[in-house]
Amino acid sequence: MSDAAPVISGKVYVVGDNIDTDQIIPAQHLNLVPTIPEEYKILGSYALIGLPDDYPPFVEEGQMETAFPIVIAGRNFGCGSSREHAPLSLGAAGLKAVVAESYARIFFRNAVATGELYPMESQVRLADLFKTGDEATLDIGGGTLTAADGTVYDLKPIGDVAPVVSAGGIFAYAREAGMIEDR
Amino acid sequence: MSMTITEKILARAAGRDEVKPGDNIWVNADILLTHDVCGPGTIGVFKREFGEDAAVWSREGVVIIPDHYIFTKDVKAHRNIDILREFVQAQDLPYYYDPGTANYKGVCHVAMPQEGHVRPGEVIFGTDSHTCTHGALGAFATGIGNTDAGFVMGTGKLLIKVPETLRFTLNGQLQKGVTAKDIILRAIGDVGVDGATYCAMEFDGDGIEGLTIEDRMTICNMAIEAGGKNGIIASDDKAEAYVRARTDKPFTPLYSDPDSPVREHRTYDLSELVPCVAEPNLPDKYAVAADRTEVKLTRAYIGSCTGGKISDFIMAAQILKGRKVSVDTFLVPATQEVAEGLMSEHVDGQSLVEIFADADCLDIAPPSCAACLGGPLDTFGRANTDEVVISTTNRNFIGRMGSKQAQIYLASPYTAAASAVAGHIADPREFL
Repeated sequence: MSDAAPVISGKVYVVGDNIDTDQIIPAQHLNLVPTIPEEYKILGSYALIGLPDDYPPFVEEGQMETAFPIVIAGRNFGCGSSREHAPLSLGAAGLKAVVAESYARIFFRNAVATGELYPMESQVRLADLFKTGDEATLDIGGGTLTAADGTVYDLKPIGDVAPVVSAGGIFAYAREAGMIEDR
Repeated sequence: MSMTITEKILARAAGRDEVKPGDNIWVNADILLTHDVCGPGTIGVFKREFGEDAAVWSREGVVIIPDHYIFTKDVKAHRNIDILREFVQAQDLPYYYDPGTANYKGVCHVAMPQEGHVRPGEVIFGTDSHTCTHGALGAFATGIGNTDAGFVMGTGKLLIKVPETLRFTLNGQLQKGVTAKDIILRAIGDVGVDGATYCAMEFDGDGIEGLTIEDRMTICNMAIEAGGKNGIIASDDKAEAYVRARTDKPFTPLYSDPDSPVREHRTYDLSELVPCVAEPNLPDKYAVAADRTEVKLTRAYIGSCTGGKISDFIMAAQILKGRKVSVDTFLVPATQEVAEGLMSEHVDGQSLVEIFADADCLDIAPPSCAACLGGPLDTFGRANTDEVVISTTNRNFIGRMGSKQAQIYLASPYTAAASAVAGHIADPREFL
């Protein structure tokens, strides 16, 4: 995340309100340790597998990565557990950003602390305006999401965590601030 | 400046005279708690960032309590406990509670206070969202991810935002058959699953005095289900006596200033609360138990950090004594101490284990988190099909206890036990 804020284009995957961490990564997969590289990859293959069965697969069966670089969500995305496996599984699947109306506190924090994905907040309820498979372009630095028809939706500024995100996560930020020594 | 208890604890931990909501501050941790599900990843982050041979910031500050996937044949679950053991040995950590030994405890949030690791006025970070339980003893306690935990492990510090406070003033006394679980399910129902996002949930009022320490733990435990950063109840004589009986370590409690400003203030007359459930699939789906008697159940589950303490089993036993359950009833004591209590505690002269056996409950499982969060497929009590479960646990999300087809109703131990007897959701007051 210490690179310049990217522009992300591709298909969006749309979910509703209160997508909890059990839906993002069910507990039976928490035996995987995310700092072991091969297990991190496997976590990605299970991302969002706990969603109700009427959702299309986020990661196709037999695949390790998703075709969707952007998730659009309603309120309180990531509620529930503190399991860092949740943002990590999404990142491991190749997701770049979530654009939600709001986040649960720990999920948002974990997304920032790991630098795994950009947790962007929308000003309007985008989950009702987009459907899964729609094309969109997300400009992280500019704070906009642009639909295929050219409609531009302004997003909320990333706020208090900006210095941490810009630095590339909590460790890089702490090193820049002199809190901990350089490796 | 007038401050809340949460603000005062964070100010002291940051070495400041005062803080206000929204301030981003570095605070010193007193305790870092982790377990078998997030410990190996935390250790991985710690070693990656500080080096293979780095030492933790404080040997006494790191508490590791394996509890999630203990009684399973899952190979990786066992591997994960081995990672903890190796780390504990290399770092020579004194507070590790090893499965398979006499030192094994069980569910970390019940073991933490039992073992004296929770002290008023201190700052506790844990790699588990229910770390907020420990606010019951007047500590600031909150759940964090592995990366933040790896940071705390190496430095003893964390950058956090001072939360706004939602204050819940609890006055009066609960009626017989109404419990702390009914208080917190009602509060979550009122504010919603994201109503306390980023906020402290502070509970005060004259009703606190009548609540046991375990009642207070039940309340603070579920602050996260409203999105809360922490739940907190200022310590009183009862809390401080509880802590002193378990640790010699000195502590200095802090208390909210009476006029400290908060974002929102709600007042409850406890005598007006009634037994309730949270319906599938969110903890804020509050319903009065007596209004849901048409819901037929296939099983009952009593356990977890929320509803697996000895007081929870005593409540269940009060209902089940002399009765039979009509659905499969799973009992999982939170800790070894609770398991022992099932033998030593009595209701009307009969031990809890005898009461549960006579009531035709399933054999009592050894202490762990078990099916509260589903877990590996061979987990005791896991809902593997379209079960309809009444449970004393904390979450009823889709798939939380295993199958996405299962439906989970959250309830107090009284309501769960009464419903287990009835075979449908029931008001426990008719059974007491």
